[in-house]
Amino acid sequence: MAANPQTAAERRAPWLLLAPSLITLVLLMILPICIMFVYSFYEFVTAGVEKHVYTTANWREFFSDSYYHMFLWKTARVAAITAILCALLGYPPAYFIAMTQYKHKWLLLLLLIVPFWISFTIRTFSWIHILGEQGVINVLLMKTGLISEPLRLLYTEGAVIMGMIHFLLPYMILNIYVSIEGIDRNLISAARTLGCTAWQAFYEVVLPLSLPGLMAGLLLCFVLAAGSYVTPDILGSTRDSLFGNVIFDTIMGQLNWPMGSALSIVLLVLLGIVAVIYSRFMGLSRVFKGLGA
Amino acid sequence: MNAVAESRGLGWRLVQVFTVLVYVFMFAPIMVVVILSFNDSQFGGFPMTGISFRWYAKLMENDAVLRAFQTSIIVALITAVICSALGVLGALALVRYEFPGKEWINTILIAPALVPETVLGVGLLLLMRWAEQPRTLWLLVLGHIMLALPYVVLVVQARLIGIKRVYEEAALSLGANRIQTFREITLPLLMPAVVASLLLVFTISFDNITASMFWRPSGVETMPTQILSMLKVSISPEINALGTLMIIVTVGLPLIGGGLARYLARSGR
Repeated sequence: MAANPQTAAERRAPWLLLAPSLITLVLLMILPICIMFVYSFYEFVTAGVEKHVYTTANWREFFSDSYYHMFLWKTARVAAITAILCALLGYPPAYFIAMTQYKHKWLLLLLLIVPFWISFTIRTFSWIHILGEQGVINVLLMKTGLISEPLRLLYTEGAVIMGMIHFLLPYMILNIYVSIEGIDRNLISAARTLGCTAWQAFYEVVLPLSLPGLMAGLLLCFVLAAGSYVTPDILGSTRDSLFGNVIFDTIMGQLNWPMGSALSIVLLVLLGIVAVIYSRFMGLSRVFKGLGA
Repeated sequence: MNAVAESRGLGWRLVQVFTVLVYVFMFAPIMVVVILSFNDSQFGGFPMTGISFRWYAKLMENDAVLRAFQTSIIVALITAVICSALGVLGALALVRYEFPGKEWINTILIAPALVPETVLGVGLLLLMRWAEQPRTLWLLVLGHIMLALPYVVLVVQARLIGIKRVYEEAALSLGANRIQTFREITLPLLMPAVVASLLLVFTISFDNITASMFWRPSGVETMPTQILSMLKVSISPEINALGTLMIIVTVGLPLIGGGLARYLARSGR
């Protein structure tokens, strides 16, 4: 953008500045994914040993074994439920923070950032104290005599979804908030003067204009939920494992690197497709904005 | 604006109540951990049998925990410094220069935040296997740098856009070279973002568990993986005390840092 003509040194400057970051990412992210692709065609011999010969055995196993399809389907279902519940729970607070004239609005925003600073592990295991047999809900229900036996709330799919919502909700709220905050308030006033009820003004003006943020939040929540394996590990039983757990077990447990590579590629490609479909409609810059909020 | 304010009837009330409930939902479980950490009982859950600090005392004698804490702090510090430096340079290129392929570069820099951590975890481990290198602490550092880089780039970019070019152009026209200009003009103006990204990277690294489960050298635990392995044994009250301490570190640090930055900005100018 500089008015003076660019010299060769000027042209080189951005690449010099970018070099350290790009080299890091090419070496640590792009090259490993290429290696992963190659490994997925290697032959698994026994735990921790593979033959460097070309075989499609891993891929055939993946496409024919319903075990993997079941986990894939379950992961998609759990991630979708999580993302939709996050949207339903997250929209009203985002709307409130954007629209309120409360003078300590910054505090509400700060409180949305604070969870990002609290260890994810701690936030996740805190649900054991809420849902467990000795947890708040069961203790209260037993005290009031509503139940005589503790309910099985922990180590269920519900608990896993709960934990993921807890961790993803701030992402969702921030994304929606940013897009509602960007709406020209005069549009709402105009809708009202032209005879819309408060509800109509929301439904006809605010909701459509905040859709990009809502969609970005949905994508982010879906991708992060589908890729997780620590939450099911802490809050779920073995039956509630997700695809990430299968990958972890395949690699760290069975030391089956070729199959683990194939499964990682599957996860990457499927989530990539979701992101691409999304960016066709919305553009990824939205998500970047949401991440930086 | 008036029309909006007037219309705040029942619907708005409901939204307000709902918002409060959502905030309760976000913070109540964490408060429970903090409260239970002072529980005198042998067990990690309810009921409370008395107030005591003994789990904190016991924590201080737990060598495994102290070692994990030390490991996490070292890894997080090194990661924060290197990653922030890389990110500042990268953001500078993206905001201050025009060059072909900028969109692509931007996407690559942000990618680690969008690629599932499990995949990044497997990938880096495969790289080590392929290159026949052992897993060391440096693997954790390198991995955490990759994971945190997008956030540094985003934070610094946002600040850089807000710094007017005229200051730099003035320095350049007065005879400073690029490096002098950066050191004397850009960097001081960028300081709040640098501090913010140092803290951000520190917490991202300190907190990371998903990828660290893949990357940690055998026998080495970071703070989160240590907590996870303790959870596998039992929900002991010590974990609650540990959790509370970690909350104090990871929430206290950014709050102090943010306050300090604000104070410095006010008294400095």
